[in-house]
Amino acid sequence: MSDSTADKLAQKTPRRVARKIKGLSDRAIAWLFVGPTIFLLLAVNIFPLLWTINLSFTNFKANRINREVKYIGLRNYERILGDSDIWLSMQATAHFLFWTLFFQVLIGFALAWLINRKFRGNDLWTTIIVLPMMLSPAVVGNFWTFLYQPQIGLFNYIITFFTGADPSSFEMLGSVDLAPWAIVIVDTWMWTPFVMLICLAGLRSIPDYIYEAAEIDRASKLRQFFTITIPMVLPFLMLAILFRGIENFKMFDLVVQLTGGGPGSITEMASINLKREAFEKWRTGYSSAFAIILFVTVFGLASIYVKALNKVKER
Amino acid sequence: MSYSITEPSNGQKWIAGTLVILYAVITMIPLLWIMMTSFKTPPDSISYPPKVFYEPSLEGYVNLFTTRTRVSPEKLASLPPPANFAEEIVRNRDMVIAGPSKFGGRFLNSVIIGFGSTFLSIFLGTLAAYAFSRFKIPLADDLLFFILSTRMMPPIAVAIPIFLMYRKLGLSDTHLGMILLYTAVNISLAVWLLKGFIDEIPREYEEAALIDGYTRFQAFYKVVLPQAATGIASTAIFCLIFAWNEYAFAVLLTSGTAQTAPPFIPTIIGVGGLDWPAIAAGATLFLLPVMIFTVMLRKHLLRGITFGAVRK
Repeated sequence: MSDSTADKLAQKTPRRVARKIKGLSDRAIAWLFVGPTIFLLLAVNIFPLLWTINLSFTNFKANRINREVKYIGLRNYERILGDSDIWLSMQATAHFLFWTLFFQVLIGFALAWLINRKFRGNDLWTTIIVLPMMLSPAVVGNFWTFLYQPQIGLFNYIITFFTGADPSSFEMLGSVDLAPWAIVIVDTWMWTPFVMLICLAGLRSIPDYIYEAAEIDRASKLRQFFTITIPMVLPFLMLAILFRGIENFKMFDLVVQLTGGGPGSITEMASINLKREAFEKWRTGYSSAFAIILFVTVFGLASIYVKALNKVKER
Repeated sequence: MSYSITEPSNGQKWIAGTLVILYAVITMIPLLWIMMTSFKTPPDSISYPPKVFYEPSLEGYVNLFTTRTRVSPEKLASLPPPANFAEEIVRNRDMVIAGPSKFGGRFLNSVIIGFGSTFLSIFLGTLAAYAFSRFKIPLADDLLFFILSTRMMPPIAVAIPIFLMYRKLGLSDTHLGMILLYTAVNISLAVWLLKGFIDEIPREYEEAALIDGYTRFQAFYKVVLPQAATGIASTAIFCLIFAWNEYAFAVLLTSGTAQTAPPFIPTIIGVGGLDWPAIAAGATLFLLPVMIFTVMLRKHLLRGITFGAVRK
């Protein structure tokens, strides 16, 4: 940076003179430009996070402000780790996370591969496929409850049309067996395009000459696919998994609208459970501890994953 | 025409095209169904089998924008003839329009908060991105990572103290509070995307301007900003779409004056059960601008999605 001509000139000029000539010094401008962003993030992100950590050691309840706040050490954390509801919500999250990633990677990669055959009009169809991920998950999720209605819903009707099952015999959102899959279907419909776009970027980054060289070496198409395409796209695919993984671990709006955590608590994922503890039962201290546990889990898993990702990239 | 051995054959292209189009059509069915339902009457919307062909009606839209009360047939007969189509539709259901619904206000809130936070994110984000791109900032990499890592936080994890903080400061359920909150969420992405765009602008342009006697500020807004305009525009659209769609903070921190459309639309209730055409009408009005935006600006948007992700 400092070896550019203008900077060299600027460094030779005495500071006072430089200030007169250029108004503020570069250093002052730099802080003036970065300052507000840092301040906003500290105020709205970091300060609340520190406050959450503090609250997690107390018995505070936000709906009873006048009650004496006592520090109770790690009691909240102990209780959470022994709470079977919390473990059930983690199980629901894991089920959702695994199957959404599985389907999205499978379909997303396949679509990207097909689109990369460069047929005519592929960019328009790509855009149409991308539409769901641009929309509001809450509004879309709410409307899917209509599609999933037992008797009148379009989804049930289509299933009936193809399988002959009685349209009122199954409730996608009302049955304990089907509801976890109902949310996986909507999330896959919504977010497969994201995985697809990242895979597409990966496929397009592979230079043609590699395939040409493989052709000359008479490698079969199948072999090319497994020794060139897959390894070259893998870092991109892993990035897509990272982003979708973090997002789906935090999943809230779509599932709240679809099932509200029900039936029973079969689809009550971590964030929904957290919201219930914090804003319905008003166990502020307890839910703060849960929030911290979730946050540490995401951060921990993500950083282990990023290490693995870097290893794949180095190869 | 040049031939390449890596170019897919016509047969391959045909099969690939068919499969992709098939997937695109399946993807579109739920969205088309929302729009179709918005033009149905309530009985049509819940008929079995689901109606694909029906007589279009604006009842959903009328119900979305009005509140209605049921009146007795005698009273209905004594009223003067309906002044417009909306009243006519409502009276066919033995009701009269009682007043406007909350939807218009909620929609307006979405517009104010969406554009307000987008403007602020872009304003602050461009300044920060320029500084990170051009100046030596101590610990720049750490700061950039810090800015990015704030995005990994689950919204609910910080919602509790923000809720308490806003209650104390009087910011809960205000436009300003929501604008600041969405700006804080968006700014990390904005800084990262914009830094990429500004990095691509050659430094020599500004240096020439500096030698010509421009101050840094002048060089920034007369040379760099016009060059970065496309990047700024596509970043702005991402920020706008996020703020437009956000639900978790909106449902926790707003209830009345500053409530946006996403928490409101699912609560639309008709007489005797959910009024699906009205919900569909609200959803259509709310989703359609984003869909049109996406199709119109697809070149920049698609690049932005992968660019933002792949850079990180």
